[in-house]
Amino acid sequence: MKKVFDLIDLDCANCAAKMENSIKDLPEVDDCSVSFMTQKMTIKAPDGTDFEALMDKVVALCKKVEPDCQIVRRK
Amino acid sequence: MTKKQKKVLYRIIAATVLLIAAALLPLEDRSIPRLIAFLIPYFVVGWDILWKAVRNISHGQVFDENFLMCVATIGALFVGEYPEAAAVMLFYQVGELFQGVAVGKSRQSISSLMDIRPEYANIERDGQLEEVDPEEVELGNIIVIKPGEKIPLDGEVIEGRSTVDTAALTGESVPRDAAEGDTVISGCINLTGLLKVRVTKEYEDSTVAKILDLVENSASKKAKAENFITRFARYYTPAVVFAALALAILPPLITGHNWAMWIHRALIFLVISCPCALVISVPLSFFGGIGGASKKGILVKGGNYLEALADAEIMVFDKTGTLTKGVFEVTKIMPAEGTSEEELLMYAAYAESCSDHPIAKSIAARYEQAVDRSRIESAEEVSGHGVKAVIDGAEVCAGNLKLMASIGVKADCDPKSGTVVHLSVNGSYAGCIVISDRIKESSPEAIKQLKNRGVLRTVMLTGDAESAASAVAQKLGLDEHYYELLPADKVGKVESLLGQKSPKGTLCFVGDGINDAPVLSRADVGIAMGSMGSDAAIEAADIVLMDDDPVKIAKAIDIAQKTVTIVKQNIVFALGVKALVLILGALGIANMWLAVFADVGVSVIAILNAMRCLRISDK
Repeated sequence: MKKVFDLIDLDCANCAAKMENSIKDLPEVDDCSVSFMTQKMTIKAPDGTDFEALMDKVVALCKKVEPDCQIVRRK
Repeated sequence: MTKKQKKVLYRIIAATVLLIAAALLPLEDRSIPRLIAFLIPYFVVGWDILWKAVRNISHGQVFDENFLMCVATIGALFVGEYPEAAAVMLFYQVGELFQGVAVGKSRQSISSLMDIRPEYANIERDGQLEEVDPEEVELGNIIVIKPGEKIPLDGEVIEGRSTVDTAALTGESVPRDAAEGDTVISGCINLTGLLKVRVTKEYEDSTVAKILDLVENSASKKAKAENFITRFARYYTPAVVFAALALAILPPLITGHNWAMWIHRALIFLVISCPCALVISVPLSFFGGIGGASKKGILVKGGNYLEALADAEIMVFDKTGTLTKGVFEVTKIMPAEGTSEEELLMYAAYAESCSDHPIAKSIAARYEQAVDRSRIESAEEVSGHGVKAVIDGAEVCAGNLKLMASIGVKADCDPKSGTVVHLSVNGSYAGCIVISDRIKESSPEAIKQLKNRGVLRTVMLTGDAESAASAVAQKLGLDEHYYELLPADKVGKVESLLGQKSPKGTLCFVGDGINDAPVLSRADVGIAMGSMGSDAAIEAADIVLMDDDPVKIAKAIDIAQKTVTIVKQNIVFALGVKALVLILGALGIANMWLAVFADVGVSVIAILNAMRCLRISDK
């Protein structure tokens, strides 16, 4: 399953790379890509993953790297 | 500029004034009043950096650029370089602001390039036109498109006649006619008349939404160069920071003096430890290249494909619909002695008039006149052979060599290519008509241009017979051609070609997206063409050419090569400048000002260079 999230106030390209790396390291994530250019985050996880719970972790990770950046969670 | 950026700008202006004032005040060097005088502009311009540094450190982000910037400037304050500390912080903010504005601008210009999103659709309700969001329109709804408006959804014209401009999708302004019964595609612009259209696809399935989705998602497929840079950045910052530490401690420990001087040199290292220039400019270049390409009607699904296309070495083509038009036409009329061309064509048209075979249709299209059925006394189809008919009392046979042999007529007509229809009238040979697929006008030029761009081998694969395949291959100057291939054979052929290429080169397959999806996905780069509105092609290919023109492949390679060159320039330039300043800094030649330039100045230059990817010449 692949989901795309919008990012708001992602100001630094290096932070985007750091977020991407730390999310990739999550065991339940197959792949992740954070695009500084389009301000979008794509997360790939196996089907049946509880995305709500996963996103809580992802948000926490991103907050660590770039506290000003917000992830827009939508259905 | 955004609100946030404007605020930073005001702070920069205020800090600049305060900094000049502090420098002009007649205060004693290294005195407390002088320190305070410089601390004011330092805090005005840098408080948020300091705050972020504290906050991120508490999150365990040691190699955070804000933190390193703070360590560098606070270190400068400690060694007594007050003006330098304040000025470096100021320049850092100026650079960051510049960078932010430049990235914002480029992001904007790229998205405006790709802006084909329709804002509204006109729906007729109770005789009144109402503007609604295209996403709210349902299947089967009737929408009205006025001249000058964008077609918001795919549909079928039920009333009206107009021409539509496909420029937004194909990059070339070729007006197409649209009348009742025709399909129109979202994203095109209605030029002349009012159209009433029955919606056949909801917004999210319409062409425009598919294209936007594809281009927006292209940024998630990262090129090798991009991944290299992110990986590099992971090690670069820690490495420079440890080098700074070593530079601050080791030389004075060994020599025993000059601590301040070595610490100052180490601080220069910290200022250039951020890899931002690289991390921004590489994806920006690819994004720009993808944006520029989409403006030309070339959709690229990711930076990785652009990178692979730049090294195209073997270009494999499907024949029908790719190099040829995929439409059968009468290309030759060869009457036997005693028969005129008109007569031959007339007999063929009449004989074939009862058949719906594509061959019959192409003959009818060439004949142009209406067939008077009363002149046909009888007609029967001989399966696998052709047609026997009685026209104006004459017995006419039209078909292949087998048919001629079965009625004992010797056919002496041997065109080298295409599908041949032989005719006999009252038992004597009347001549033949050759039907073949026309080569696209631009195909020879396309092959020539590919050769000029470093493609070593051009290969054509086709299911057609040898004669048809060789004729096309020869005309186009293709290096190799393989014929009588079933779809599965094509995959096998591409696989064996993949084994023959050099390690760096790539193999691209160009098809029309119809039943060659497996080959498209097997090749390094799958290019589908002529796919306006074809979902299957957009799905399976890595690069989609919106129109039928094979010359666009060379254009796509141009864009790819230009983008890759710019990426390389940026990597070499940014790394080169940083390495140089690191060396100069260690030797004590560079100062912190130069270091700030190496950090943010280089970023801005790299961003400006990356923006060149957007501009594509029309040559």
